[in-house]
Amino acid sequence: MSATTKLTSGAMDASIAKEGQRTDSAPLGHALIDLARTDDSIVGLSADLAKYTDLHIFRDEMPDRFYQVGMAEQALLGAAAGLAMEGFTPFASTYSVFATRRAYDFLLLDIAEPGLNVNMVCALPGLTTGYGPSHQATEDVSLLRSIPGLTIVDPCDSVDIRQAVPQLAAHPGPTYTRILRGRVPTVLDEYDYEFELGKAKLLRDGNDVLIISTGLMTENALEAAKQLEVDGVEVAVLHSPTLKPFDTDTVLAEIAKDRLVLTAENHTVIGGLFDAVAHELALSGTFKKVTPVALPDEFLDAGALPTLQERYGVSSRSIVQRVRALL
Amino acid sequence: MTAQHDATPIAEERVTRIREAAYRIRQNALTQAEVQGQGYIGQALDIADVLAVLYSDQLTLDPQHPEWEGRDRFLLSIGHYAIALYAALVEAKFFPQEELETYAADDSRFPMSSMRTYTPGVEISGGSLGHGLVIANGVALGLKRKRSGSFVYNLLSDGELGEGSTWEAAAVATHHRLDNLIAIVDFNDQQADGKSTDMLSMESVTDKFTAFGWEVRRCDGNSVAEVLTHLEELRSLDAPRPRVLIADTQLGRGVKFLEQREKLHFMKVSADEWDLARVQLKEDFEA
Repeated sequence: MSATTKLTSGAMDASIAKEGQRTDSAPLGHALIDLARTDDSIVGLSADLAKYTDLHIFRDEMPDRFYQVGMAEQALLGAAAGLAMEGFTPFASTYSVFATRRAYDFLLLDIAEPGLNVNMVCALPGLTTGYGPSHQATEDVSLLRSIPGLTIVDPCDSVDIRQAVPQLAAHPGPTYTRILRGRVPTVLDEYDYEFELGKAKLLRDGNDVLIISTGLMTENALEAAKQLEVDGVEVAVLHSPTLKPFDTDTVLAEIAKDRLVLTAENHTVIGGLFDAVAHELALSGTFKKVTPVALPDEFLDAGALPTLQERYGVSSRSIVQRVRALL
Repeated sequence: MTAQHDATPIAEERVTRIREAAYRIRQNALTQAEVQGQGYIGQALDIADVLAVLYSDQLTLDPQHPEWEGRDRFLLSIGHYAIALYAALVEAKFFPQEELETYAADDSRFPMSSMRTYTPGVEISGGSLGHGLVIANGVALGLKRKRSGSFVYNLLSDGELGEGSTWEAAAVATHHRLDNLIAIVDFNDQQADGKSTDMLSMESVTDKFTAFGWEVRRCDGNSVAEVLTHLEELRSLDAPRPRVLIADTQLGRGVKFLEQREKLHFMKVSADEWDLARVQLKEDFEA
């Protein structure tokens, strides 16, 4: 690429995977098919975004178990609630912005309040599209964390997504998952790791720095840890894909070790992982400075993802710079 | 088709039996409102005839087993009509008569606004309007998946037709050919800020539902014979479409001074008026 070539924002089916990265295609759709083969209660629904949330894989394989409701997110979540009331286990997909902002009342009252087993699998979390605030769900976790009984999952990669799907279905209450779609990076298979709903897992240890991360920022944290290792800086990465219920014990135990602590999340700095960590620290009576790597409290620009990740300080390079400045 | 359906004759004793149930439902509603000193009595009285047709005739239910799989599902969107639903559930023997006196009291199974999580036999938490019909779609889809012959009924209000989600649901129900779904719109022409037709006129309601692909009937919602005829016909129709009955009702129906009082969303009844209400209700029933 020449120095003058400008990056462009990707089209709707763009993958967040980097050039040459190992990927797994549509892990949500394939995991759901695998699960549905052994569990007759599984059904899928979408509001005109099956193709862009990877649910089309399930739709095409099991058309009689898929419901299309058109561009109607309130009807989507209401129908999912009704199906769950009748004993089915719905996976309902749309974009995160629509499930949370547009259909919030339905998510809260029809699904969460009665504690139904509805699994909302929603694409374009945080900064995974360059389309601007209409599509960027930078505050979805903040909106949802205050809903009682709602499980919130922010997977890092295809390993997380594939392993999470059966656990989401097995969990009796409602869940919301920030889905990555298309060619999804495969990252966590290089570590001694298994997804466990409600648990944070230490992916690598290190004596100098602890990064508590969630979602795709775990990949950036791991990348930053590798770069810092070259400089002799040892970085531990604690991956917390479940944001609610939060694995307080594990997080506090890791923070108790004397290290520089950062959080890393693909979400506004308000109401997400950083706030969850700060909340638990305050309740435990511990004083510890924690530095957030998160999206700013701003409406984000439109543009190409790499450009925006640099601009908002959430790239692996940004994390390295932050750590160096803090040490 | 949209035209008013000509009622086929229904046995007189059946209508009499349902009218008696409607009378008791109204009495039950007055009992609750009097104990609490307030309540949505205007709406309870207007919808009593529809609920009597449902709970004493049309719905297949087992009061001993509120979650029995073979039941018909009745979804109340309009949570403030809870007082009427409890009155009907007591009439249908889901609860003892004495429980009416706990209406809206602390720790009661009968909260002011109906909730699935509080009351056996209450299928959804109502109150935030525009939710009942979207959920009813999912229930109807679920019943079809299970090859169940049960029906899902959704009682909503004319004011609720202003909610966009109601029309999302109307389109989805038609697209999925939900012929096991019967909606009932309580058209009492009253909502929080005044007459529904003055707030946001949704007339012609029948034309709107027809345009959305529904099988539509409209009748006097305070005529047991008409409501029964239409609900029975809507259930037995062999048409791959959802069905709706627009029930034109009168707020405060059956208690003369409430029928004549200025119409309000929340009608106040003073402490010394409850006895008069009972007397007038009896006179109306016996007339």
